[in-house]
Amino acid sequence: MLEYVLEMKGVCKYFPGVKALDMAEMHLRPGTVHALMGENGAGKSTLMKCLFGVYKMDEGEIIYNGEQVKIENPFDALQKGIAMVHQELQPIPERSIAENIYCGRYPETKILGLIRTVNHKKMYEQTGALLKSLGLNFDPKAKLGSLSVSQMQLVEIAKAVSANAKIVIMDEPTSSLTRNEVDTLFSIIHRLKESGCSIIYISHKMEEILQISDEVTIMRDGKYIGTWTSKELTTDLIITRMVGRELTNLYPKRENVPGDVILQVEDFTSIHPKSFRDVNFDLRKGEILGVSGLVGAQRTELMEGIFGLRASERGTITYLGKKLRITRPKAAIENGIALLTEDRRGSGIFGVLSVADNVSIASLQQYLNFHIMLNDKKIAQLVKDNVKKLSIKTPSIKTQIMSLSGGNQQKVIISRWLANDPDVLIMDEPTRGIDVGAKYEIYCIIAELAKQGKSIIMISSEMPELIGMADRIMVMCDGRVTGFVDGEQMNQETIMELATRFAS
Amino acid sequence: MREKQSFGNFLLNNAMIIFMIGAAIVVGLLRPTFFSMYNFKNLISNTAVRFIIAVGVSGCLITKGTDLSAGRTVGLAACIAATFMQAADYTSKVYPNLGELPMLMVLLGVIFVSVLVGLLNGLVIALLNVPPFIATLGMQTIVYGACLVFTGAQPIGGLRKDYTNLSSGSIFNIQMLPYLGLFALIIGVIMWFVYNKTPHGKYMYAIGGNENSAEVSGINTVKTKLMIYMTAGLMYGIAGFLLGAKSGGASVNMGMGYELEAIAGCTIGGVSTNGGVGRISGILIGVLVFELLKIAMQFMGVETSYTYIVQGIVIIIAVALDIRKYVAKR
Repeated sequence: MLEYVLEMKGVCKYFPGVKALDMAEMHLRPGTVHALMGENGAGKSTLMKCLFGVYKMDEGEIIYNGEQVKIENPFDALQKGIAMVHQELQPIPERSIAENIYCGRYPETKILGLIRTVNHKKMYEQTGALLKSLGLNFDPKAKLGSLSVSQMQLVEIAKAVSANAKIVIMDEPTSSLTRNEVDTLFSIIHRLKESGCSIIYISHKMEEILQISDEVTIMRDGKYIGTWTSKELTTDLIITRMVGRELTNLYPKRENVPGDVILQVEDFTSIHPKSFRDVNFDLRKGEILGVSGLVGAQRTELMEGIFGLRASERGTITYLGKKLRITRPKAAIENGIALLTEDRRGSGIFGVLSVADNVSIASLQQYLNFHIMLNDKKIAQLVKDNVKKLSIKTPSIKTQIMSLSGGNQQKVIISRWLANDPDVLIMDEPTRGIDVGAKYEIYCIIAELAKQGKSIIMISSEMPELIGMADRIMVMCDGRVTGFVDGEQMNQETIMELATRFAS
Repeated sequence: MREKQSFGNFLLNNAMIIFMIGAAIVVGLLRPTFFSMYNFKNLISNTAVRFIIAVGVSGCLITKGTDLSAGRTVGLAACIAATFMQAADYTSKVYPNLGELPMLMVLLGVIFVSVLVGLLNGLVIALLNVPPFIATLGMQTIVYGACLVFTGAQPIGGLRKDYTNLSSGSIFNIQMLPYLGLFALIIGVIMWFVYNKTPHGKYMYAIGGNENSAEVSGINTVKTKLMIYMTAGLMYGIAGFLLGAKSGGASVNMGMGYELEAIAGCTIGGVSTNGGVGRISGILIGVLVFELLKIAMQFMGVETSYTYIVQGIVIIIAVALDIRKYVAKR
């Protein structure tokens, strides 16, 4: 048996202006789970896309089953037995689960030996058997769109399994899974391993990595740093090797002092019966209120409801003693409320526009000459001030925002809101998809804002982050608020118990 | 800081423009009259009207929409303008008892109708969320029908001298400077200002860049889109008014297919069908180059029927090259 089922050596990949991969390597043993780690922008996903044939590598070689191979495109990769579960899912929600799983390789029968048709019966049977073998209790004929995002993720993994892959690449597979689903995933991984399949596992969650993987390869700035067995690693060691320096403080010191209540939400209920309902909470001046809960707890929906992006059936929002009626984001913004959305690319950045436009777009009305003409000088000054204040790394303020890293994009959007000088800043997963170094910078910004007397609502799925940052944590489950914790009670066990209050 | 472009990339990104200017030069060498003053004036006049239409469509394109009713709206505008600008002594007037109306009044009337068409487009697209392609395709037929009803399918001629002079006249009687060019220039400058110096312009680019983000950022996307489609209508009204003067008459077939020429001009000039990108100066170049190609084909004696085929191909290639820029970035 070969020592390595797959080796990638000397892989280089250039994008306009960046060297995304610089002599990257990967050595994968058969039947193992191999974690690939690194900060965002370290080149993990790029390396895997080269392996899966999405990108063409500019230099380097792939040795698969002892032979040098060229992988032209994803179809070619699948033919060779390499499957990938994408970070961003690309499902077809209007079609059945089975059709999604067998998309592109439907079992066929020939009518009169000539006309090719899809053998639906066989497809549904095979899918049923597959799902059952993986412990997934879905109807193969159900529309994929009827599943939750995390369930779709599991279907995506089942799809990779069904391809009889020798290597399965999983790019952040657990980012939207609940605890139970993660367990299901892990049992699937074990099953795959036993059948001799190798798994390349990309994740930012250290505990998960140490639990599931056999070996860990660490990358930094597109370069190969090294491969270690998981047994010789600790969270600290991984972080040190990922960032290339010691990280002493995970969270900044907070000097904010919560004052009087400025925002009261009472009886707030969505028009959708399964979404948020009967929500009551208040927010103090200069307070950081954490919001915890599992995926599907409707935290995002609640905040979007408060911000006017989603409709509510009843309930009141009282702000500085005044009852607000918010049906559009514009109204919320005019009242000093800001929302940093969860999906940065989908509803945060304007990809093709410049950093300057991205910063100023929500506050243009403040920079008008003669009520109509924009004062370009003032706007440029605003942007430059923010770039400096939040240390946004960008070649120029005219650079397209999509060429910046995730952390810098996030800072740009934070400055967009700060330009409006809001009193309440709702941040939905502010550090998602951001590397460790930049996370700390975002924490510092949050701490500083709270110190200045701004009230922050921070949704996060990373409990240590909430415990480290928040003055108080509101926990939600199934659309309802199940409790508040602060002080001594702020620990993972208490929060977890509240977050699973109504879980079946 | 500008990204460094390799020479090859520069060629590909500007392939259409380079190809068409090259073609024009070749034609000029083969047929020396191509570079005559008369032809030059002709080019400017043709470009002027089409530029105004293209500027109208550009707002729709930048917000990831489109406006297929452009050509027919221009046609309707031209027919209305011509009807009310017939000379008093013309024998077969549509309204024989109508005296001479002030030109400005007729222009405002034409604009009112075309802006109304734009408003309807905007309402259907922004409020009912009908895809712009379908909404404006429907409107195209509605406007054509309205124009048939209005004109009774009869051509309208015998236009007033002061009206046709808008097109035939030129500044200080210098052939190089026809009034039409001046009008287009003024509109270009105003629209450049709107696109680059007003919040409305920024909101337009923002909606094209990412409509969800725009909504979250407090931009009134419905209002902005309504404004964009109404502005487009305004442009078609002005263009139709000028086109009537230029042609010395109007009929229901006027303006047919102009929307595609306008979209082609925009795309050649760098307005991306992907949204969020496009400049007025680019549109001018795009329309100019496209007109240059058309005139070059005329000079080479290519039959009009064939020029349609070439125009269609040019449009498709222009969009393909545009999309290529975005695909390559993945």
